[in-house]
Amino acid sequence: MDELLALSGVNTHIGQYHILQGVDFSVKKNSLTMLLGRNGAGKTTCLRTIMGLWRASAGKIHFQGKEITRTATPDLARLGIAYVPENMGIFAGLTVKENMVLAARGGALDERRLEWIFGLFPAMKKFWGSAAGNLSGGQKQMLAVSRAIAQPRELLLVDEPTKGLAPAIIAAMIEAFRELKRDATLLVVEQNFHFARSLGDAVAVMDSGRIVHAGAMAELAADEALQQRLLGLSLAAHQ
Amino acid sequence: MKRHLPLALVPAAALAALPLVGSTPTWVTLTVAGLAMGMMIFIMASGLTLVFGLMDVMNFAHGAFISVGAYAAASVLIALRADMQAPSLAANLSAIVPAVAAAIALAGLLGWFFERVVIRPVYGDHLKQILVTMGGLIVVEQLIHVAWGPDIIPLPRPATLTGSVLLGDAAIERYRMLAVVVGLAVFAAMWLVLSRTRLGLLIRAGVENTEMVESLGYRIRRLFVGVFVAGSGLAGLGGVMWAMYQESVTASMGMQVMVVIFIVIIIGGLGSVGGCFVGALLVGLVANYIGYLAPKLALGSNILLMVLILLWRPRGLYPVGKS
Repeated sequence: MDELLALSGVNTHIGQYHILQGVDFSVKKNSLTMLLGRNGAGKTTCLRTIMGLWRASAGKIHFQGKEITRTATPDLARLGIAYVPENMGIFAGLTVKENMVLAARGGALDERRLEWIFGLFPAMKKFWGSAAGNLSGGQKQMLAVSRAIAQPRELLLVDEPTKGLAPAIIAAMIEAFRELKRDATLLVVEQNFHFARSLGDAVAVMDSGRIVHAGAMAELAADEALQQRLLGLSLAAHQ
Repeated sequence: MKRHLPLALVPAAALAALPLVGSTPTWVTLTVAGLAMGMMIFIMASGLTLVFGLMDVMNFAHGAFISVGAYAAASVLIALRADMQAPSLAANLSAIVPAVAAAIALAGLLGWFFERVVIRPVYGDHLKQILVTMGGLIVVEQLIHVAWGPDIIPLPRPATLTGSVLLGDAAIERYRMLAVVVGLAVFAAMWLVLSRTRLGLLIRAGVENTEMVESLGYRIRRLFVGVFVAGSGLAGLGGVMWAMYQESVTASMGMQVMVVIFIVIIIGGLGSVGGCFVGALLVGLVANYIGYLAPKLALGSNILLMVLILLWRPRGLYPVGKS
């Protein structure tokens, strides 16, 4: 059983809009799957539906072999799913420390794990006592990811971790995600194909609320015509 | 520094009023009266601002919890009339403590019922919230008429809390001093819980982003109910204090004071307890100073204050960063 997460025929409505129109794909354990697609393809909705923040109107979601389609968000978090939303969702009025303390739901933060996180994102140590709202965009993203990994997780759902970040910060993020891959399974929504290609083991491409391609990342990275057809861009043009 | 600027408004308003009022004893009396009024408004308003911040619910029925608290206390105090009139603090307290406990308990219970039955179906829909909570307020007011009758119930203050203390030439009502002390105690307790405990951390995080708190594994629904009941209980406590201050209880007292409460929580920044505290003190002080200096303006003084503050800080004194 190496499938950690599986979606089959998932439909999601938001108000009168039919966003996900039968999404099928799966995420293998200990892999990093990139979810790509144009703006409005339904990638964020897909993550939010997995996290229980929006309810699937049809279809099934399985996690570790158990159905979680109707499971409430806090219970999904307790099963080991962590979510980093597109807007990062940090608590601006709280300090970096307080943000992290909340993420360690069981009580105290594990010192060794914290040192590991400081190694990935040294800025977190530097700004430990500062209000999270005063951090720069890149630091906020680092905090959002740090918070998601404050405790060991089975699955990390990360929505556009490189959005609006400077190239140097993106490079640091790539390094951090490489390290994260050793520890957990990741499903990452991304627009930056360079980032996606550097890290992804597997890829799923969405369009108009459906998965239009799924396979190995290497295969998509090597096939420029496929990129052009699926993403409407060439890798060369995007870099 | 910028953070303390709104707080500095309170002493600044008080000092600015001194030359206008002229006589120092009168100024002291007015200032204590303003602070006492502000503290009572804070006690009534603090629960509402937290409920709005955390659950995004505009609860017009909050006034009902104030009235019900006052009526519950009045019933107890009338039953224990002899203890209230005895000139002994211990006897007075033996009547007040159960009265306050009854007020908090009944208002809290009503709050719990409201959250479950009236508000839960309309989370996320402001228009419906206003309609059903307004309706709830009217229903509770009428139920009060059914249970306690339509007449105003006089509520004399306990014997040891009547009269004034002379501070130099200034006469300060004992009851107002008590209101200041209770208000400070409630504020200190809320501040401690919010800033020093994990529960407080969760509430502050929830005020900013409930979805993210859930995504971290916390069942925020329980927190909602807890905060709602606590906020309703505080409204009940505020109701007793307000009723004793007015020395009477009416079914519409909650609805009447709601206008001021809304002004206070808007001035403070919706969802901010600190802002609510500063806003309440400002409203209390300004109402008393203007009432003395230009009685004809008294009716509009709160609105004027709100306009001025919103021109300066459009999201209130301490805006809460919602995301």
